[in-house]
Amino acid sequence: MNNLLKNDLFRRIISIIFLIIIWEIISQIVNDKIILPSPKEVAESIGYHASQDLHNHVIITLFRVAVAFFLAMIIGSGIGILMGRRKKFDDYFDGWLILALNVPALVTIILCFIWFGLNEIAAIIAVAINKIPTVTVILREGTKAIDEKLLDVGKLYKLSKFEIIKNILCPQLFPYFVSAARSGLALIWKIVLVVELLGRSNGVGFKINEFFSMFDTTSILAYTLVFVFIIMSLEWFLIKPVEKRLTDWRI
Amino acid sequence: MPKDLIIKIKKKTFPLRDKINNKENIIFKNLELNIKNREFVSIFGPSGCGKTTLLNMISGLDNNFDGSITNEKSIKDYTISYMFQSPRLFPWLTAIENIKFPIKKQKNCNVIANQLIKNVGLEKFKNQYPNKLSGGMQRRISLARAFAPDPEILLLDEPFISIDKKISNLLKKLLMKLWKKNKPMIIFVTHDLDEAIELADRIFFLSNLPSKVLLDHKINLKRPRNNKGKQFVNLKRLLSSTTNQGK
Repeated sequence: MNNLLKNDLFRRIISIIFLIIIWEIISQIVNDKIILPSPKEVAESIGYHASQDLHNHVIITLFRVAVAFFLAMIIGSGIGILMGRRKKFDDYFDGWLILALNVPALVTIILCFIWFGLNEIAAIIAVAINKIPTVTVILREGTKAIDEKLLDVGKLYKLSKFEIIKNILCPQLFPYFVSAARSGLALIWKIVLVVELLGRSNGVGFKINEFFSMFDTTSILAYTLVFVFIIMSLEWFLIKPVEKRLTDWRI
Repeated sequence: MPKDLIIKIKKKTFPLRDKINNKENIIFKNLELNIKNREFVSIFGPSGCGKTTLLNMISGLDNNFDGSITNEKSIKDYTISYMFQSPRLFPWLTAIENIKFPIKKQKNCNVIANQLIKNVGLEKFKNQYPNKLSGGMQRRISLARAFAPDPEILLLDEPFISIDKKISNLLKKLLMKLWKKNKPMIIFVTHDLDEAIELADRIFFLSNLPSKVLLDHKINLKRPRNNKGKQFVNLKRLLSSTTNQGK
């Protein structure tokens, strides 16, 4: 047992099992399906919804997350790098950035629906706009931290602008991209759900609203768990390995 | 082949952080240096006399000055290498990748890089990242990188500063060995007079700011030079006494 506890994977598994046990105990005490269904009931519910239309809604939500994520990463990084490199640009737009950071997600979502109508484009734009300012801030800081002396080495050996960006700038910015992507993924899927709840007729957020009107807590938890699990898998199997491969020089 | 390098700096200033008087710090005024092709010159001067600034201007990294640096063609047409005061290796590239960096487009870059890492004695460490190497090893990699593009002009900015005697002697030997192979023009900046005399064909003494050439002396001692040797000591005494009068 002691040997097993030294294994960090084992510790992680133990902690998850422990969480499920606590959940089970509390649901036994509460003994009310509307307040807290037991893990077993939620698992059964996942099975039931999987045989229904769960995958359709999950896929449409994932699609929205993906499009909004890439949009926010590309636009946010572009502005962030520009602001980090050009002092003038930073002076002009710093105020805008602080403003954008402080507009509540709900306000941008409602405004987008008012301006662009209750459609897919409005939904995705609303999510992207919420995320762009945070990406911009992270990349701006990253760009300001760039080591100019390394850029000089590239200039000395007559590298083109593009080569300098690819071979000297990007490797230095990479940790900041990863950190923006990580916080972005977590934030975006939560906002997508709100958007779906307010103005879409499909997706996980829409379904959760539907279950809410029926006080079907079991189904709400079933949908949530499935989606959380997908996002966690993206972190474990996509972001972490890529990060490890590209930053192993730091260890 | 580059002919003599003619450096004429009419004026080079640095703005001082003094907004009211709009003052500037004059570093060079009418500085002229002629350096012959394949010559190994050292530039010796007190710290803060603009030695690094001079190298930055020669390398083309600093174009913000009044004057010209030319030989027959524009200086930009020549292969210039620069070993900076700090190693400036890319932390995300391995030792061998760092050496290969300036010559990545050449077909035989692997052969050249492997030969160079052998020359600096770090073959065993070729796949290590710089943060795994000691300061002296990083400098050796940096020296190898500077030689990789087979430069016509090589700039060295106090390459032996703050490393122990043993390693600096090793690096000096390496430098001489690599220099003898293709004989690039070397401009070597230092504030250590022993080093300046030991390595170069010719030595320029720079003064305090605004900096000018106090003395331009050809060194005719036989190589390898021993800084305890009689001729060496005499020359050193002579040089330091003349330049002190110049101040």
